[in-house]
Amino acid sequence: MSGVPWGETKLVQGNEAVALGALASGIDFFAGYPITPSTEVAEILAREMPLIGKKWIQMEDEIASISAIIGGSLAGGRSMTATSGPGFSLMQEGLGYACMTEVPLVLVNVMRGGPSTGLPTQVAQGDVMQARWGAHGDHPAIVLAPSDVKECFNLTIRAFNLAEEFRTPVILMPDEVIGHMREKLTFPKEEEICVTPQSSPDVPLEWYEHYHTSATGVSPMAHFGSGYRFHVTGLTHDTHGFPTRKVDEVISKMNRLKQKITRRLDVLENNKLHDVEESKVVIFCYGSVYRSALAAQQILAKQRKKVGIFRPVTIWPFPDRTVKELLDTKDVIIVPELNQGQIIHEVERLTSDSVRVVPLHRYDGYAITPEQLVAAALEVM
Amino acid sequence: MPARLPYAYKYLRAKKKFPHVWCPGCGIGIVMGSIIRAIDSLGWDLDDILMVSGIGCTSRMPVYVDFNTLHTTHGRALAFGTGAKMANPNLKVLAVMGDGDSMAIGGNHIIHASRRNMDITAIIVNNNNYGMTGGQFSPTTPQGAKTSTTPYGMIEPDFDICELTKAAGANYVARGDVYHVIELDGIVKNALSGSGFRVVEALAPCPTNFGRANRQGDAVNMMELLRDNTINIAQAKKLPEEKTEGKIVRGVFVDRDEIGYIERYRKLCDRVSAEVKK
Repeated sequence: MSGVPWGETKLVQGNEAVALGALASGIDFFAGYPITPSTEVAEILAREMPLIGKKWIQMEDEIASISAIIGGSLAGGRSMTATSGPGFSLMQEGLGYACMTEVPLVLVNVMRGGPSTGLPTQVAQGDVMQARWGAHGDHPAIVLAPSDVKECFNLTIRAFNLAEEFRTPVILMPDEVIGHMREKLTFPKEEEICVTPQSSPDVPLEWYEHYHTSATGVSPMAHFGSGYRFHVTGLTHDTHGFPTRKVDEVISKMNRLKQKITRRLDVLENNKLHDVEESKVVIFCYGSVYRSALAAQQILAKQRKKVGIFRPVTIWPFPDRTVKELLDTKDVIIVPELNQGQIIHEVERLTSDSVRVVPLHRYDGYAITPEQLVAAALEVM
Repeated sequence: MPARLPYAYKYLRAKKKFPHVWCPGCGIGIVMGSIIRAIDSLGWDLDDILMVSGIGCTSRMPVYVDFNTLHTTHGRALAFGTGAKMANPNLKVLAVMGDGDSMAIGGNHIIHASRRNMDITAIIVNNNNYGMTGGQFSPTTPQGAKTSTTPYGMIEPDFDICELTKAAGANYVARGDVYHVIELDGIVKNALSGSGFRVVEALAPCPTNFGRANRQGDAVNMMELLRDNTINIAQAKKLPEEKTEGKIVRGVFVDRDEIGYIERYRKLCDRVSAEVKK
């Protein structure tokens, strides 16, 4: 097999779909370091990319990998890396740098059990808060969590597009179950997918500002070697990219970093809702847990019990307004997570005391089953 | 050399970014001068050059030169540079780093850039300590030397930057210093003009921190130490061992023409895509 099997139907693994989604997006450069359970992404791209003259490299560690793709992105390549928990921790340095310097890239983090080396081959959703706050300092975060193989493909393309559109790193976060499961996937035809082209400035060379302030907070980005010569630094910088400590310039940079996300939440927000409005009990979940929630909903329906499902596909930025609007009137919200409680705090933050928010934690390396969810729902009904 | 100054302005962000951050007597500006003279004599287009750095005094250099410039995180200049070079092989990638940046926190990256023979020129300014944070010891601080974190003298052995990168596979490895500037100019020019991974160690004084902690006098005294304590490799070969003992050898240690990574990768792509077409 070579490249993306456009229009074909195949049995595909989640990680494989991520790799093929990257190829579909026109990935130019991949740098990575082997780590379970994400390795297939790197392996498939190592096989495919040289065949079409695209650049692939295995670096000496994860810090080098993310550093390399930032360099690659600045030099004009659509760039991606893939890792898992321990590597994700190491990549926080580069992730913060890419946020600060507004470099588009895609970081795939296939979540496994932690902390530390944890459960390398088993599932968890323990990196949800790290994906939001792992790098030091205030910074934007766009994080997408697929729940099936088709979404691994589609959300990888979306991640590349959002990275370009928002000039920021985008994190794709399947959990291990999603990364390793196989499903039937009918690939779209090539002309059916939409790939956001890389931006490029059209101003005269001497007018170019690498961080020009525009209405959206994002300006077209030149690449090294294009003739636009500019400076990039992780130090707080002015609109030309040079270090500054001037109060108004520091505030302007920091506000823009935040507002380029918060002013366009409508573009980023993406929820899957099932019977939320008509249910008094709602399961709030993401990733592989969503699959169990769908099964649990059916089991409960047979017993004439109704539960809704609220699933954020974009988990960061968190869908604050929609959660408040739709869930603050509920009796009970069950928040099943493959961790000791992370997203649940966001749900609690947005709901009144009258709403009972019930946790369901699992952190033994195994998936939450539909039966567990059914039991949890029956208990609160 | 005031007569030679005007041409340097072409390469500097002179009107906007000066004065620079370096202390009086610092050697980094002299290394920057060598780089500019080398690039001028090579006639490179400024648009094609990417200067990448990490963190530290030397790593502030990219602010002052009018190339494509990338000031990264501590120790990672070569990793960022590797990505940029792979994504756009037309870029001439020049990494400027200090001894702490390249040998301590960036030690892993320089070993592997050498091993891969990645097509990057690394200019390492070695002033034997971390200047920016106030003079702590680095992996090149000589044994016995005092720094703010070795108040009783350095007990660890030091790294030889040239031996390390030579052993790891770099195509070109040379050492110069900021006293012997004409020699350094030649070394930097050679380092910029070939393929593969190419390393220049440039010894430089840090009078503010290392010099003061070790009572080496002012900037002029420290320049004289470079004059007296180093010896050219050709001269060293002619002299008996007792006359060269304790002196740091300057000159070119390795000048190979092994295939660089970029060319090796291009050949791989050509080979496998041809096989697929069959």
